[in-house]
Amino acid sequence: MALDQRTIQNLSWLARLKLPVEREGKILNDLQSILDWVEQLKEVNIEGVEPLISVTEGIAPMREDKVTEGDQQADLMANAPESVQGFYVVPKVVE
Amino acid sequence: MTNLTDLTIGEATQKLANKEISSVELTKVHLVEMENARVLNAFITETPERALADAEKSDARRAKGETLGALDGIPIANKDLYCTKGIRTTAASKILSKFIPPYESTVSQKLIDAGTVMLGKVNTDQFAMGGSTMTSYFGTTKNPWNLDLVPGGSSGGSAAAVAAGLCMAATGSDTGGSIRQPASFCGITGIKPTYGRCSRYGIVAFASSLDQAGPMARSVADCALMLGVMAGYDEKDSTVANVPVPDFTKVLTGDIRGKKIGIPKEYRLDGLNQDVQATWDKGIQLLKDAGAEIVEVSLPHTKYALPVYYIVACAEASSNLSRYDGVRYTTRVEGKNLDELYENSRTDGFGDEVVRRILLGTFVLSAGFYDAYYTRAQRVRRLIYNDFMEVFKVVDALLVPAAPTPALSEAEMKTMKPIDIYAGDVFTTPASLAGVPSLSLPVGLSQNGLPIGLQVIGKHFDENTVFQVADVLEKAANFNQKPHHVKG
Repeated sequence: MALDQRTIQNLSWLARLKLPVEREGKILNDLQSILDWVEQLKEVNIEGVEPLISVTEGIAPMREDKVTEGDQQADLMANAPESVQGFYVVPKVVE
Repeated sequence: MTNLTDLTIGEATQKLANKEISSVELTKVHLVEMENARVLNAFITETPERALADAEKSDARRAKGETLGALDGIPIANKDLYCTKGIRTTAASKILSKFIPPYESTVSQKLIDAGTVMLGKVNTDQFAMGGSTMTSYFGTTKNPWNLDLVPGGSSGGSAAAVAAGLCMAATGSDTGGSIRQPASFCGITGIKPTYGRCSRYGIVAFASSLDQAGPMARSVADCALMLGVMAGYDEKDSTVANVPVPDFTKVLTGDIRGKKIGIPKEYRLDGLNQDVQATWDKGIQLLKDAGAEIVEVSLPHTKYALPVYYIVACAEASSNLSRYDGVRYTTRVEGKNLDELYENSRTDGFGDEVVRRILLGTFVLSAGFYDAYYTRAQRVRRLIYNDFMEVFKVVDALLVPAAPTPALSEAEMKTMKPIDIYAGDVFTTPASLAGVPSLSLPVGLSQNGLPIGLQVIGKHFDENTVFQVADVLEKAANFNQKPHHVKG
């Protein structure tokens, strides 16, 4: 798989990162060499092998859907860069 | 008088119980060492006032004839990936550089409940992504054996602090080797327990199917004490197994006669560093001398562990790190609309290695490539897992090197390409992918006088055998060299 500048720009957009143009080339080379290196996985016979998502798969317990640690709005908002009356403030999203 | 910063936890606890020393006294000598050794850059945040308050409480308990157990009054440090209530937790990143958690991680809470004294938060690679602490926003930690060398990573601040006597033990975390490799580089002991042994609640997430908390200390017995406190069921993390936590110190019997120790032939890499090979051979001989049966075994998919690891870990990281958006976690770079605010905040807040891994993870999860990369990696991961299940039908534990080299210099690492750096995880990622426990302990020195560690890998939830074998190897290897770190 050969990466190009457009793919890098698209990935950056998906990840909400804005790479300066002068860094795109280096990142492209780094990612390309990593992708070339992981190509070796193609030689493994994985027919009939199920993906392993977690080594503890199947043990996840269920719990009741209820609030266990409520009333912490002030504590949580303390880390917000900007907040008003308990709400996070962001630039206007609706015109 | 014995140097109080050289004691093991076991020795210190004895002195505390005999009232030879107080926790305040023990804490103060560590605070002095911490200050004297600032040249190491082991700590991101020092918390001396908290430490002294903890120590005074411990002494008050003891004065009343009470104790919270074997760790009561013992000074420790936390990797700065563990959320500590009211104390800045940065994950060594710019984006979290002002984050003050409103809650405590389960593991650090358990250590508080056991009466430990918290000296501060130690350095790590940024979001635990790296093997040197060089990706930390707060600068590289120096290796106390030689200040030109890195301490390893990501738990490099923990390893350097423990090795240099700045704390008696530290928490670490291990995703692909982040406890075991720095333990090897700094000549200390650390264990990545079974995935599911410790709660991940409140530990800044890197790759959730691999991240695991674990202790780093100066002996196998001290790690056993620490893990006994850190481990256990937690309803706040659905991946923690609801299994009893044994007293790991009880198995340190010194008797491993008849135990079968596997030596996987795939770990015998062509051109392996001679000092590492010699230390491995020495470890094999010492276990044989102790009465263990050495068995050559095969883990046929070993060579695929590194690429599988980097695909899985980066995919999970790209998802986990999407929460850092410039809206909720203290740092923000404004933009003219919401997307630009996200982009500006994230681009400013993440270092190069984090960006590289987020982009790689985004790629392998993106439409059109998901099956070819991510699903394929997960399928090969199962084959790696199955390899371990097969050998553990035959052997009780495995003995392999912790890292392909002793500690590298910062100057050398700066010239290395990402995939050459990733290759340093060759011996640690297989056990991570399989979720099995693995302990790294120092067994020898290189010809240049640098420590070299070996890993004892065990079956799922059989840390007992890991500790038992490692304890025998520790005593036989009698590794008692100390780093000659420069006092500042």
